[in-house]
Amino acid sequence: MSDANESILRVEGLRTWYPIRRGLLRRVVGHVQAATDVSFEIAPGRTLALVGESGCGKSTVGRSILCLENPQEGRVEFEGRDLLSLDATSLRAARQRLQIVFQDPMASLDPRMRIRDQIAEGMHSFGIGADEAERTARVAELLERVQLDPRTMDRYPNEFSGGQRQRICIARALAVEPRLIVCDESVSALDVSIQAQILNLLRRLQEELGLSYLFITHDLSVVRYLAHEVAVMYLGRIVERGPTERLFAHPAHPYTRALLAAIPSIDPARRGEAPPVLGDVPSPSRPPPGCHFHTRCPVAMERCRREAPPMFAIEGGESRCFLSEAPGRAD
Amino acid sequence: MSALLEVRDLRTVFPGEGGPTPVVDGVSFDLDRGEVLALVGESGSGKSMTAFSILRLVPKPGRVVAGSVRLGGEDLLGLSVTAMRRVRGRRISMIFQEPMTCLNPVVRVGEQVVEAIRLHEDVSRADARDRTRALFAEVGIPDPEARLDAYPHQLSGGLKQRVMIAMALSTRPEMLIADEPTTALDVTVQAQILTLLRELQQSRGTAILLITHDLGIVNELADRVAVMYAGRLVEIAPRVPLLTEPLHPYTQGLLRSMPARGRPGEPLPEIPGVVPRASEWPRGCRFSTRCPVRFEPCAETYPAESHPAAGRRVFCHDVERRLPSEGAR
Repeated sequence: MSDANESILRVEGLRTWYPIRRGLLRRVVGHVQAATDVSFEIAPGRTLALVGESGCGKSTVGRSILCLENPQEGRVEFEGRDLLSLDATSLRAARQRLQIVFQDPMASLDPRMRIRDQIAEGMHSFGIGADEAERTARVAELLERVQLDPRTMDRYPNEFSGGQRQRICIARALAVEPRLIVCDESVSALDVSIQAQILNLLRRLQEELGLSYLFITHDLSVVRYLAHEVAVMYLGRIVERGPTERLFAHPAHPYTRALLAAIPSIDPARRGEAPPVLGDVPSPSRPPPGCHFHTRCPVAMERCRREAPPMFAIEGGESRCFLSEAPGRAD
Repeated sequence: MSALLEVRDLRTVFPGEGGPTPVVDGVSFDLDRGEVLALVGESGSGKSMTAFSILRLVPKPGRVVAGSVRLGGEDLLGLSVTAMRRVRGRRISMIFQEPMTCLNPVVRVGEQVVEAIRLHEDVSRADARDRTRALFAEVGIPDPEARLDAYPHQLSGGLKQRVMIAMALSTRPEMLIADEPTTALDVTVQAQILTLLRELQQSRGTAILLITHDLGIVNELADRVAVMYAGRLVEIAPRVPLLTEPLHPYTQGLLRSMPARGRPGEPLPEIPGVVPRASEWPRGCRFSTRCPVRFEPCAETYPAESHPAAGRRVFCHDVERRLPSEGAR
């Protein structure tokens, strides 16, 4: 067991690009630069939210951590071991403690299988539970944990509502006793009232079981509740990282400020504010030179068009913006 | 002056195992000229089906079985199919969530708008193209001349939605139905489209029936808000009182459960339970199975409409019993 100040997951310099192939010889003509130089860590029992708009690479990072993609560079250290260098057998063993919950529970559940069998499937694979009776008891316990009636375990997914199905997916992830769960847009498809239920459930499970979450989402307003730390991505790069409270109160990067300002507010006094940035997100296969955000940045300088900013340490985190550079400390 | 659109006791059903299942059940509201009314609700609330019922586009085997829909005094439910087709497109236009489902991928976008104009008006191709170019400029498409000849896949999501808006406005409709118009867009692009819709609404005076699940979008665009739950209207109020002093327990719960309203570090106030299926709807108030303030009559009888303040309508026994008796109609 690692102690509290050690990280359970440490991602370092991760790069995952997808080749674009054209023509008869399927020659590589370019790359979708999905994730570049991505680094972060998550401590046991903590939540990091990875936030950004479509094409920012947040899901690629999640999939790379689970080794569902083949990163070209970097390390994914989980419980002290680099997953990217493990052989298939060791990787499989490590995966038990690293689970994922997707956005659409209907797509990740088998409609023809009783939910008890889906929840118990991972237990079989990893040899959890001595016999059928023990596994059934554990399925019942898991369903109770996610606040579903254990008597419904013989039902099929279509007999449950969207929110209940997401609870089933969470129970299935918990069945193999993970330490870290990657939640990829896990509450994004849910109605507001159900979203609140699932967010509260995830938080309670974290407190009870000491789980860590990598919470991937496009919705900044949701992460405020769950995340201890936030990393904001734009076109394949993390542009700002820091504790949730600081990031919401004093966003350092112009893109973080834009993302926060763009959330439609339910405060009647805040209506009709001008859109914080113009235009669309450029394609990750042809990201702009220099700082990727300069084409939409309201405070872009000449330098930003030519030079890609490195990460600068700021109070409470880091920011990939020349304006975050401490004066007289250029490096 | 009477309202532009008057919907009365609208009822739309789908055949179900235990007989016809209502998806819209006794819904009545007005939309004034130049007004933005938001129909708000979660999935299954009947908000989109209400819009489809108004347009007479309810997918089969569903059908409108009762009520009336009047546009400028004319009953739309009684029109012939041909006459109704003229209403759609010419007097009422639509914007949907996913622009790609409405744009033809193999036709240049300018041409698609030109066709839409010429379908409804007797104008030359050149005139229609001039008008399309002006519309593209009006909806903020940069370099409109060049974009006329673009195919949909060459445009970003935000630009495609702008083309859809240009097409919807091309026939100068009196009313626009916008069904989750920004849900598929990134949040920074959504902010731009919301601003555009508000500016166009003000400059053109087009009435908008906005269908959305997002109370933030309601705050950005709506003048009035109608909240739906399980096929029924539960509350109608102007925007500000609805957001600041909601009266129906469902509206209250919905606002409280929004992450933006709560305090970081504390659990979000939830609405317990799930929306019941139509086959399990209680006889009385549909929200009574989840309501924190329910009492005896709630499960048995549907609450009558009360008018707690000017312009406000609420369907709730608890609100009714706390009103001074002359407050109820």
